[in-house]
Amino acid sequence: MKPHTLSVLVENRAGVLSRVAGMFSRRGFNIESLAVGTCEEPDMSRITIVVNGDDTVVEQVMKQTNKLIDVIKVSDLTERESVERELALIKVAAEPGTSRAEILQIADIFRAQVVDVGTKTLVLQVAGDTEKIDALEKLLRQYGIKELVRTGKIAILRGSKTVKSSK
Amino acid sequence: MKTGARTLIEALQRDGVDTIFGYPGGSVLPIYDELYDSSIRHILVRHEQAAAHAADGYARASGRVGVCLATSGPGACNLVTGIATAYMDSVPIVAFTGQVPTGMLGNDAFQESDITGITMPVTKHNYLVKDADDLDRVVQEAFYIARTGRPGPVLIDLPKDVTNGPAKGGGASPGKVTLRGYQPTYEGHVRQIDRALDLIVESERPLIYAGGGVVHSGASAELLRFAEATAIPVTTTLMGLGAVPGDHPLCLGMLGMHGTQTANYAVTGCDLLIAIGARFDDRVTGKIETFAPNAAVIHIDIDPAEIGKNKFVDVPIVGDVKAVLQTLLQRMQRRGDTADWVARINAWKAQYPLHYQTDDRLRPQYIIEELSRLLDGEGVIASEVGQNQMWTALYYCFKKPRTWITSGGLGTMGYGFPAAIGAHFARPDLPVVDIAGDGSFQMNIQELGTVAHYRIPVKVVILNNMYLGMVRQWQELFYDRRYSYTELPPVEFVRIAEAYGVEGITVDEKDDVREALETALATDGPFVLDFRIEREENVFPMVPAGAAINEMIGVHRE
Ligand SMILES: Cc1ncc(C[n+]2csc(CCOP(=O)(O)OP(=O)(O)O)c2C)c(N)n1
Ligand SMILES: [Mg+2]
Repeated sequence: MKPHTLSVLVENRAGVLSRVAGMFSRRGFNIESLAVGTCEEPDMSRITIVVNGDDTVVEQVMKQTNKLIDVIKVSDLTERESVERELALIKVAAEPGTSRAEILQIADIFRAQVVDVGTKTLVLQVAGDTEKIDALEKLLRQYGIKELVRTGKIAILRGSKTVKSSK
Repeated sequence: MKTGARTLIEALQRDGVDTIFGYPGGSVLPIYDELYDSSIRHILVRHEQAAAHAADGYARASGRVGVCLATSGPGACNLVTGIATAYMDSVPIVAFTGQVPTGMLGNDAFQESDITGITMPVTKHNYLVKDADDLDRVVQEAFYIARTGRPGPVLIDLPKDVTNGPAKGGGASPGKVTLRGYQPTYEGHVRQIDRALDLIVESERPLIYAGGGVVHSGASAELLRFAEATAIPVTTTLMGLGAVPGDHPLCLGMLGMHGTQTANYAVTGCDLLIAIGARFDDRVTGKIETFAPNAAVIHIDIDPAEIGKNKFVDVPIVGDVKAVLQTLLQRMQRRGDTADWVARINAWKAQYPLHYQTDDRLRPQYIIEELSRLLDGEGVIASEVGQNQMWTALYYCFKKPRTWITSGGLGTMGYGFPAAIGAHFARPDLPVVDIAGDGSFQMNIQELGTVAHYRIPVKVVILNNMYLGMVRQWQELFYDRRYSYTELPPVEFVRIAEAYGVEGITVDEKDDVREALETALATDGPFVLDFRIEREENVFPMVPAGAAINEMIGVHRE
């Protein structure tokens, strides 16, 4: 069992997301994260899904997803050379004083940006792979995380290869 | 101005629709107004569930797309069981539902229900048409999706302003359907086909396991040629009955939970299992680990998602069963030697025939056998669900595809009678009989009104045991005979039929069976036969839940 990253190209139509998500929950597939957005084709969207399961489960996931009429293409990026990114916004408790300085130092190491400064809080923005964001979150927990928002993973193939409609 | 409703009717006519099963209501008034003087025949059912089942029965008997129509809200919701039934058995139907006007969508308006949301898990695809100019294209796509690839139900939800207001289209076809997200594979991969042929030649004990996909694909002739050319015996699933003639020497009958002893022993003993248009359902496999334990598996199916879903497959062949069988036949160069294996199977057949007590009691198996002798394969048989269904599957000899109409995947009680109505409109040339249980018949008994209204010559054979018999059988065998809520008080079905204007006879004696069946079949209109059968008769063979399929009860000892 390991997380697989699937890139799913779909018709940009009402209800597509609920078809995909509904099929996953109906068949008991575990979605770890899901990110949707427009893509290079104006009438398509791309959904990046991280799903947990062994190889046979992931094969079923892909086949069942492919069966949806509005799904144009499904690719598993897991074993392929790809760049994976997630974005997180973290609101961390930071009273003026030593902790605030420490937090800024940690942010610097993780190349996180401070996007809001309050009297008692800082909001950090960090981009990276899942592990990096997990690590930052763990470090910041000691100061008190007030709120955490993550986008879910998106991924793209390295080099000139693309996930395009050919189905 | 051409309205959406007009465009819809023209699109249906263009797709060759001759019959619609439906029930009116406020949101479909514009469509009904068009139907009023249309050449399309509309059959008014008595419950929308029956409309969906009738469309399904029409599709199964004809191979064409069945069509049903219901109003929004309650009407649409009443279709759901019928749509789910069609979905589980891969039956092509297109269901039209009325909807509140687009401006009121999402407002909990009167008789609004989110039917596209509700039916998403039980349709191959569905549509909510918000722009009337899309209507024509959507109808064409829906029929295309329903009947191609692995067939299945498609629903189109039509807000009232869309059918009432102006719409482009109708008339000539809007062009060929192209859907970039839907391109079924029809031709099998040649390399896999050659690998399959190698396995077939090398195997000593090959077995064909044929499912409903053979029927859907119209591949019965090819399957028979393939089986005969290779001398490989064939067992079929419940859905595959009729794919090969039941009396063919290579046919072993049904396998699975209520399969024949021969079929289940053959599966357990084979060294090569060739699954064709079948999906390794749990009612077929029993304990999956012990299903065909010594066999390599070839799986031919049009739906790639079925391959490897439940059982490891050595040679997957994705494609239309008919096309793949044709290629197999073309590329076959050598054949293996199955003589010893076939002899072993024939010995099983001789040793372990189906059996029931042949005394002077009125037993359901005898009724089915008599019907089978009378019709000699020249009829369409629908069934309800339960013991009646399994007795029919075991004791009726199906000789042709599309003559057996039953709810396999969903197991929907109340399916058979309305499905038989649909089957009649698909095959008016053939007698149509619904083999019913007393419980199931009461789930759509109101359709007596429909058959009376149009004098639809469907014959209902009730195997009346005054029990929810199949459930009672489980309670007898596995719950210490504690018959919890499975006994049904007596019902005078003939009197109910008569109240609707349908003739009927009650039969208590074995000696009267043949004459009663002959009378029903000779009657022009609908007919109800209420057979008061042995109440605690059981369906055997039976594989208890969770057992291996060669561990049957109620059978001859080995
Ligand atoms: C709609 C529906 N409800 C419940 C069941 C569960 N069930 C399966 S068989 C059966 C009994 C059917 O009784 P009857 O129609 O009299 O047939 P018999 O088994 O007696 O031949 C029941 C309740 C079902 N299959 N479908
Ligand atoms: Mg009964």
